[in-house]
Amino acid sequence: MSSPIHAPRRRLTTIFVTLVVLIAASCARATTRDGGDVVLAGSTSIQPFAERWAESYQLGRVTVQSGGSTAGIKAAHDGTADVGMSSRQLHAEESEGLVQTVVARDGIAVIVHRANRVQALTLAQLRGIYAGTIRSWREVGGADASITVITREEGSGTRDTFQERVMGSGVGIAREALVTAYSGGLRKMVAEDPNAIGYVTFSQLNDRVHAVSLDGVLPTEQTIRDATYHLQRPFLFLTRGEPAGGSEQFLKFVLSPRGQSIARAEGLAPVSTY
Amino acid sequence: MRDRMIERMLLLAATSAVAMLALITIFIFREGLPVILDHGPLAFVAGVTWAPSLGQYGLLPMIAGSAVVTAGALVVGLPLGLACAITLAEMAPPKARTVLKPTIELLAGVPSVVYGFIGMEVLVPFIRQAPLLGGPGYSALAASIILAVMVLPTIISISIDAIEAVPRSFREGSYALGATQWQTITGVVLPAARSGIVAAVILGMGRAVGETMAVIMVAGNSVQMPHSLLDPVRTLTANIALEMGYASGAHAQALFATGIVLFVISLGLNEIAGRVRGRSRASVVVAADAPADAEAAAEARAELLGAPAMRPRLMKPSL
Repeated sequence: MSSPIHAPRRRLTTIFVTLVVLIAASCARATTRDGGDVVLAGSTSIQPFAERWAESYQLGRVTVQSGGSTAGIKAAHDGTADVGMSSRQLHAEESEGLVQTVVARDGIAVIVHRANRVQALTLAQLRGIYAGTIRSWREVGGADASITVITREEGSGTRDTFQERVMGSGVGIAREALVTAYSGGLRKMVAEDPNAIGYVTFSQLNDRVHAVSLDGVLPTEQTIRDATYHLQRPFLFLTRGEPAGGSEQFLKFVLSPRGQSIARAEGLAPVSTY
Repeated sequence: MRDRMIERMLLLAATSAVAMLALITIFIFREGLPVILDHGPLAFVAGVTWAPSLGQYGLLPMIAGSAVVTAGALVVGLPLGLACAITLAEMAPPKARTVLKPTIELLAGVPSVVYGFIGMEVLVPFIRQAPLLGGPGYSALAASIILAVMVLPTIISISIDAIEAVPRSFREGSYALGATQWQTITGVVLPAARSGIVAAVILGMGRAVGETMAVIMVAGNSVQMPHSLLDPVRTLTANIALEMGYASGAHAQALFATGIVLFVISLGLNEIAGRVRGRSRASVVVAADAPADAEAAAEARAELLGAPAMRPRLMKPSL
């Protein structure tokens, strides 16, 4: 029982050793960072857009890690990332020592069924609807029908922004609200229920649903960009001190016409003119 | 030598499966237990407020949601499933059976997201627009009906097995005494197959409790105690699947803790089903071992089932 058994085993060993060497080599390559490489960390809402930027960036390798805005702010502070990403405004004590650059703005559209007569809501009315104190469309100028309130799940960045910008700290979203984890699914639910109301990021808006104006302002690229539309959040890149080296290069790219057109194609409102 | 090597490899494969189960168990308990202990098990299981952003983790609405949709699924699914099993096992011509039984088992192979999608497209709008129903459509009722269809294959195929395991001599005895087919089924076959049918129901419950995707798509997922079948509800499984995306820290741990509650419920149901089923097998073996002495077998079986009523009913006319 020599050669017929040993031969394949030796071949297996060769394959195994080759694999180990290859894996080790690729790991080594990933850990060496030259000047142009950048590590980004933070907001899960910004992550997909940051990845799109990273794909098109030519001057170095960009690594994008998620973990939430708070983790991104912390990472920028203690230097575990070159650039922190935050999709919320920083508290006073958080912003100390950090340079904030707004790289794009993300609007959240409040949507209703296309046949709904209600075209405009005030922030107070919207808050009432989501808090469960306004229960019929008649109370806001619509048909005599009870409102089907739809919201995103706990932990979603879109929900966090809605909570912060519309509800404030004191009032929670009513328990009766339907919950879904997908913005596409939410849009479908609103498109099919004449009495439904929901909210999706601006990029998810299409003609199957109707966006209502808030305090008289409709969400458009222009109103989000000049901040007249209230329900929006900035996408912030944070650096410790003025961005330098790889970070500076990458930020320049993101703010360049090319970078901003990528943001625009993905449904964000650009911040610089091009 | 080679045999031994193969033996060892098989042993390794077998233990690795068990080890995986053990690892999963250890992992979810390690992740989830701290939150349960921090909040106190009672507050966690009996609390009515689930608001992770405020650090409040009460699971009662989800436990109630799971219970309501599971009970609803059985109310709709059990009569249908049992009727189907009786028809196929006792009445249908063999040809129809060879076609229908595999077809029903095929139902179990339809991915749950397909059931959920059909529910979303057909059932939810129907409930929303139907005259006596109404509400948002996404409701405990919609989830119950979808789950009822999903548990049918389980209930039907295990019930058929249980009914077929009832010895022929039971039926012959009943017919010999002048009972009609319907009397034979309700008076002899079903009582004899009872424990198998109970096991079918419990396994169906396990399937309903564990189902996630289809339920998320039609149940509405509100965190509230359900007051009516038309209210949206959230089940335990939906709670984990909905919020796992962005959960971190204590929130993620609370979702693992939800997993612990689910784990305990499923394990309990499986255990009960296993016991009931084991008992029914034992009794059928007793019956089959002594075909000549049907009376003794029936007696033994009645004792095992704790149903002494069956024997007198069978034997009385002969006196």
